[in-house]
Amino acid sequence: MKHFILSVLALTLVYVTNPAWAGDQEIEQLRQQLEQLKLEYNSKLEALEKRLQATEQASKQETSTPPVTATPSTEPSKANSFNPDISLILDGRYGHYSQDPEGYELPGYMLGGEAGPGERGFALGHSELVMSANADDKFYGRFTLAFGIHDGETEVEIEEAFFETLGLDYGLAVRGGRFFSDIGYLNSQHEHQWDFVDAPLIYRGLFGNQLIDDGIQLSWLAPTDLYLSFGSELFRGSRFPLSVETGNSFGAYTLFAKAGGDIGGSNSWLAGVSYLNTDPVDRSSTGHGHEHEEEGHVPAAFSGDSKTWGVDFVWKWAPNGNRRQRNLQLQYEYYRRNDDGMLAAGEESGSYHGDQSGWYAQAVYQFIPRWRIGMRYDALDSSATGSDVQLIKEAGLDNEGHRPQRFSLMTDWSNSEFSRFRLQYNLDESSSVVNDQWILQFILGLGAHAAHSY
Amino acid sequence: MLRYFAFPGLLVILILPLPATAALRVFACEPEWGALVSELAGDKAKVDMGSRPAQDPHYVQARPSLISKVRRAELLVCTGAGLEAGWLPVLLRKGSNKRILAGQAGHLMIASTIQLKDKPANLDRSEGDVHAAGNPHLQTDPRNMLPAAAAITERLMQLDSANADIYRNNLAAFNIRWQEAIDTWKAKAAPLQGMPVVVYHRSWVYLQDWLGLKEVASLEPKPGIPPGSRYLADVLNRTQGLTDLVIIHSQYQESKAIEWFSGKSGAPVVMLPSTVGGTAEAEDLFSWYEDIIRRLLKAHGGGNE
Repeated sequence: MKHFILSVLALTLVYVTNPAWAGDQEIEQLRQQLEQLKLEYNSKLEALEKRLQATEQASKQETSTPPVTATPSTEPSKANSFNPDISLILDGRYGHYSQDPEGYELPGYMLGGEAGPGERGFALGHSELVMSANADDKFYGRFTLAFGIHDGETEVEIEEAFFETLGLDYGLAVRGGRFFSDIGYLNSQHEHQWDFVDAPLIYRGLFGNQLIDDGIQLSWLAPTDLYLSFGSELFRGSRFPLSVETGNSFGAYTLFAKAGGDIGGSNSWLAGVSYLNTDPVDRSSTGHGHEHEEEGHVPAAFSGDSKTWGVDFVWKWAPNGNRRQRNLQLQYEYYRRNDDGMLAAGEESGSYHGDQSGWYAQAVYQFIPRWRIGMRYDALDSSATGSDVQLIKEAGLDNEGHRPQRFSLMTDWSNSEFSRFRLQYNLDESSSVVNDQWILQFILGLGAHAAHSY
Repeated sequence: MLRYFAFPGLLVILILPLPATAALRVFACEPEWGALVSELAGDKAKVDMGSRPAQDPHYVQARPSLISKVRRAELLVCTGAGLEAGWLPVLLRKGSNKRILAGQAGHLMIASTIQLKDKPANLDRSEGDVHAAGNPHLQTDPRNMLPAAAAITERLMQLDSANADIYRNNLAAFNIRWQEAIDTWKAKAAPLQGMPVVVYHRSWVYLQDWLGLKEVASLEPKPGIPPGSRYLADVLNRTQGLTDLVIIHSQYQESKAIEWFSGKSGAPVVMLPSTVGGTAEAEDLFSWYEDIIRRLLKAHGGGNE
């Protein structure tokens, strides 16, 4: 303490007696030294005080004043410290395809949404700008703009714009706006979180890559040791594949349940069942060029009743839960859709019953830090019956005697959590013509540290 | 017709009675905070851990089991300062539990109770996975346990006022025992003063400060970036001629780089438990620091741990 007072005195003396020749820089230095001294002595003093206090407490236990003196060291915040977390995802690709992606077909399935194998040569992928923050003590909000290039045109899409409640009572949560549906496992993840460049074929065939819509979601998390969550969504349904005519009511709904837990310290799992119900009006293929689509020709469209159900299962392994060195992830999803109704194109119409199903299974293994390898197999099946075979063909719903399948291999290298470079090979038998696909991809995450779901 | 019943049907399930619990449910992101809570609350609290000693707390997954634990927690005790940035936000959002959200009595970040070191002047990811608030590995200096214990006790008293007297007495007893232990450790560790160390990750700055160790290099070129061979060769060059050099890493940092560096430099490797349970000897808060000092002293005298 004596040193401290002496130093302060000395410094003050220097400061007041020599203001004329003490340069600004020097004064600044002295100030810093003074601050440094203060800090050091303060911390020592605090420690001493604490000891004294603790001893006092011990000697008279009956004292009623709480001994706690936790002093949070919060800094004054600036106005912009309330800005939302912003992260920018950059995604670029180079594709080498043995068949022209423009002529891509998936027999037995309509191609809508963003369904397609990607582009030849250098191309931008799916870049995203994500902003999110707590609006207040009760609501969290997120906004995602997705940027893509289609046929040389830049397309900007609002991918997410939703609010979510922060801790209602009883484990309830409500979300509203535009969001990824929580059905299945991959559907609610952003594309850049996927382990492969492209969506599983069944996602491409049934959901146009991913089910996104405007609506509201209610979910409930059970107060149990086992993770148990139930939820339901009501959607406007105007987008593919829900394709409902918009009105005052909602057009589609989902139901889902998930369960998960740990097995020992090294294994964890998550399983789910999902159901999607929609009554589409004029659902048709909006995907990339269909050979049999002619100029001015109205594509055959489906109206009726559409029910989809699915199961998903994920298993993750890491030695003692330490993912840094090695980890393995196994993943499987199966979906089946039944469509009942009418197909129509212009004046022609006919009955239609469709049964489409498919699954994928994948394994991704990180064998040393930064490096992962992965393997995926996709298989689809479909059958279509109806009064007008020609219409079924025009709608792209005839399986042409082919069962689509695809085999994929990938390896990626991640310098940090914020950068990833990936090479993927697909032996794609979506249609009867085999398509060899080589894709090189980079993904960069700039800005806020993204916290990823399981 | 079904569509009109699906939603209300779900609501019925929600009105189920919730099981009552006697002990205060605490979710501790890291084992050291779990151990400290147990020390201070005894059987008045049931502690769930967010991570295990074998896990690097930067890289924990927001697993379903953790969401379930957060769902029922009444008090959340974490390091903060961005250490859990990759997983805690997801747990808080998916946990559907307002009691432990930021700003609530049930939300405690220990980093807010002390002055953090290494606060970066320049925030840029080319510097690696830096934490804007400062170095979050504050648990490696036992002196930081004192303000942490005070803050935890404050919350325990607030959330479970019926047992406030017990918590107050526990804290007083802990403070005395802990201060004595710190003095003993410090005296034991006197020979370590000025010992040069090479660390794997910069997770020991608080320990270095406490014991007067001198960090001469880290094997990670930047925080969170695994070392490459050229960088390692450079570190080897820089540290040549240093006697008494010791390589420090924690239980979750197993790396070929450490072995390589030790082989080339001849410096002993010492694995230090970064938290309670990090080694078999580190059974509780007290034996944890004892083990750290024992291991450092042994390495200082020569020989691998």
